[in-house]
Amino acid sequence: MSDTPTAATLILGARPYGEAPLDLLIKDGRIAALGEAARAQAEQLKAEQVTTVEAEGLIMLPGMVDLHTHLREPGREDAETVETGSRAAARGGFTAVHAMANSSPVADSAGVVEQVHRLGRASGWTEVYPVGAVTVGLAGERLAELGAMAESSAQVRMFSDDGMCVHNPVLMRRALEYVKTVDGFIAQHAQEPLLTEGAQMNEGDVSAVLGLPGWPAVAEESIIARDVLLAQHVGSRLHICHVSTAGSVEIIRWAKERGIDVTAEVTPHHLLLTDELVRGYDPVYKVNPPLRTGADVEALRAGLADGTIDVIGTDHAPHPTQAKECEWSAAAMGMTGLETALPVVIKTMINTGLMDWRRFAEVTSITPARIYRHAHQGRPLQPGEPANLILVDAEATQTVDPEGHASKGRNSPFRGMELPGAVRATFLHGHPVVLDGELNTPLSEASAGAAGSSQVRP
Amino acid sequence: MRHLLSTADLSHTQALSILDTAEEMAAVSTREVKKLPTLRGRTVVNLFFEDSTRTRISFEAAAKRLSADVMNFSAKGSSVSKGESLKDTVQTLEAIGADAIVMRHWASGAAAQLAGSGWTDCAVINAGDGTHEHPTQALLDALTLRRGWSAAHGEDPRGTDLTGMRVLIVGDILHSRVARSNIWLLRTLGAQVGLVAPATLLPVGVEKWPVSVYYSLDEALGSGPEAGPDAIMMLRVQAERMGGAYFPTAAEYTRRWGLTDERLARLAAHRGAAGQRPMILHPGPMNRGVEISAAAADSPMNQVLDQVSHGVSVRMAVLHLLLSSSERNTA
Amino acid sequence: MTRSPETSHVMSASDMDRALTRIAHEIVESHRGVEGLLLLGIPRRGTILARRLGERLARIDPGFDPSQAIGSLDITLYRDDLRAHGARTPEPTRIPGAGIDGATVVLVDDVLYSGRTVRAALDALQALGRPAVVRLAVLVDRGHRELPIRSDHVGKNLPTSRDERVSVLLDEVDGVARSQEAVVIQRGGGMKSQAGER
Repeated sequence: MSDTPTAATLILGARPYGEAPLDLLIKDGRIAALGEAARAQAEQLKAEQVTTVEAEGLIMLPGMVDLHTHLREPGREDAETVETGSRAAARGGFTAVHAMANSSPVADSAGVVEQVHRLGRASGWTEVYPVGAVTVGLAGERLAELGAMAESSAQVRMFSDDGMCVHNPVLMRRALEYVKTVDGFIAQHAQEPLLTEGAQMNEGDVSAVLGLPGWPAVAEESIIARDVLLAQHVGSRLHICHVSTAGSVEIIRWAKERGIDVTAEVTPHHLLLTDELVRGYDPVYKVNPPLRTGADVEALRAGLADGTIDVIGTDHAPHPTQAKECEWSAAAMGMTGLETALPVVIKTMINTGLMDWRRFAEVTSITPARIYRHAHQGRPLQPGEPANLILVDAEATQTVDPEGHASKGRNSPFRGMELPGAVRATFLHGHPVVLDGELNTPLSEASAGAAGSSQVRP
Repeated sequence: MRHLLSTADLSHTQALSILDTAEEMAAVSTREVKKLPTLRGRTVVNLFFEDSTRTRISFEAAAKRLSADVMNFSAKGSSVSKGESLKDTVQTLEAIGADAIVMRHWASGAAAQLAGSGWTDCAVINAGDGTHEHPTQALLDALTLRRGWSAAHGEDPRGTDLTGMRVLIVGDILHSRVARSNIWLLRTLGAQVGLVAPATLLPVGVEKWPVSVYYSLDEALGSGPEAGPDAIMMLRVQAERMGGAYFPTAAEYTRRWGLTDERLARLAAHRGAAGQRPMILHPGPMNRGVEISAAAADSPMNQVLDQVSHGVSVRMAVLHLLLSSSERNTA
Repeated sequence: MTRSPETSHVMSASDMDRALTRIAHEIVESHRGVEGLLLLGIPRRGTILARRLGERLARIDPGFDPSQAIGSLDITLYRDDLRAHGARTPEPTRIPGAGIDGATVVLVDDVLYSGRTVRAALDALQALGRPAVVRLAVLVDRGHRELPIRSDHVGKNLPTSRDERVSVLLDEVDGVARSQEAVVIQRGGGMKSQAGER
């Protein structure tokens, strides 16, 4: 089946952006027709060529785009591989993910980014875009070959030392300037290292009682404040990864009012969980930046709703069991997120009335695609557009069971939680990689390459 | 009570039960036959991931006086330092037949994790976890304070608490598991608690704690004889905090926060509501000349040696109460 | 005071008074006086009964000094069944005067049942010294001994079955008025533990 992407799919009665139901025909990797025209065109095709998907009650959205994913390959294939991470992405409703550079070896050269890119195309469950490291080995000392990575077959546009902060202000300035030459942008992990030496959790009331070294909000906010000013000074594009504090939202709001070209991301877990969860010392709640307070959660939700924060980024960070089954201070930081992002955003933003499905599509798909300048992701649900889209059952509820996840990581902080919403289908270039909520078949490599360059084979 | 992880978990009733039991244990310790058959046939493991000879010996003496079998597992220099996980270590001890694990660990929360992990059915006693808590130290301090407080009021200590007592805790609150455990327990027992420290050694969020906070020891000691504390607990200053990271020099620390001879004299002039002198406590080992002067260390107001003997009584009480309430049946 | 229908009184307050008075006389008679006599009650009810016995002894023989000859002996830490019955905060052990060496110790408890409490009390005594003689006085002996132990002075021998519960209700412990004090039997209800044999 995956070798015959020429087949058409007729989706019946789905509600684009949660609005009035429409039929939609996918053909040759693109949206061929909408509404009446969809059925009419489908009838002109041979019956065996058309797969019909009954989608009454389901919401149709552009496929989600994650600017912040850790796929662990190369180097930590016990934690995740491009293949397993891509499967998790497809199940979670993502048609593109951006693999952070902190692999081993670090993705700081054309060779590594090309390898990750190639593995992504081979897997065929989602599009995989490698993120290039800003500095060699994420060491924060000298710039990596950003130009070579940009010109490689992976065509890297996004550069980040995520996991580490580009804390040297001169180096950060140079990086912001240099990426202008390749039309790229820097995604900053904002964490002042000296203020967070040995930090284990949010510094505040809970850390005081638990006796865990604190990660103060100011360590994030001071870097963001510095970097928005640097971005303004050199006229470059800055993206702030995983914003976690109320103060950060204020600084970004201020920067945007001044016209600074900054975008910001929030993770699903920072929209829902607080540092109160650390009280039991379960390392599944250990993450960087740390879970913050209830007031921060409120500010992040408000910031995402009003546009101060632009996108959802999962910061999907799978770890092997032993990295979490140990003392809190010895445990690895990070949580899985690809397969729970959509339900968590529905719970925190849609079901609270803070945003509608149009805004949902913006923060999960349209804006992240625009930030990366993808031409074929995050597109309108209109005829002629690439068919990267998902069908969502917003009425469903699911109890999170990490054992059932496609990711290798079992470190989901949402384990046992009942969350609303479920991805029923994911179409990648028109091919259903997920159907009926389960993995279907991957897109073949040849058609994936063709679809990316908008030449769909007959 | 299944485990002892934090004094914050102890109700007033439970705290008094431990202290009252410890009084009986202390009485036993004065008899010719100091041994009790209470925990005959049960096994207590001292699992120490961090050196602490004093605490280990105290627990060992407590367990042996109750006739338990004691195994000491020092995780330093063992397979643990070669990467064996806490889980594997503990499951090994469980398989050997331990009934209680007394654990000292460098990581905050390690005892709570162990108790909540499902890796073992043993009773878990926190013998100090990172910079979190050290509940048995707080209990022995409370036993010491209660002895003095009830004696001043002409009462039998059994069944009484510390209502109305004013206790100052002086020093590195931020990194002190002793301070945290003491604060919660002293509040549960009705004492008023004052913390005295440089602002660098107080945790962010301390203003929400049920305590008074002073940056100046002189201010906390008050001026008139009525104004002073009923007890002052001097915390040990760790060498690694000195040298400019948290305060400029040891000498400046001593001048501002040390129990110097001059402050000792002021303290000695204080009289509590019942006419008693203030008590001086220190969890040991003392840094003479840094947080406490030699004269204060040797003062008759100093309770350090009583604290040590009360440590054994309190640990006997905790072992008795936890192990005899254990519902686990080891066939 | 209301009680469930399956509760029945077996001793009234005045029955208990008379039994204690008789026991006091028996003790003086068997010891031939009060010299070197030491009453040790087993907490909590045994301690109260020992004090009441002591008052009577002092009336019988003014040579008996309750402040020097009555104490309490807690056996919590000597029990062999803590695991089954759970932890209890020990009650104080108070040994008056010159200690127990060479004394005639009369252990006092409310109910004698399996005998395990008394066994624990003998162990506890051993840790305290070496009495010349140890005797046992109980208000009720309900049978079902599990150890070779017998009482020397008994208020009432009470045949019971194992599924019955015998309770001695005392002013100081149970908050009943002195005139309402009683020994009662409760039947059924699956009560296996027994007041005097916790």
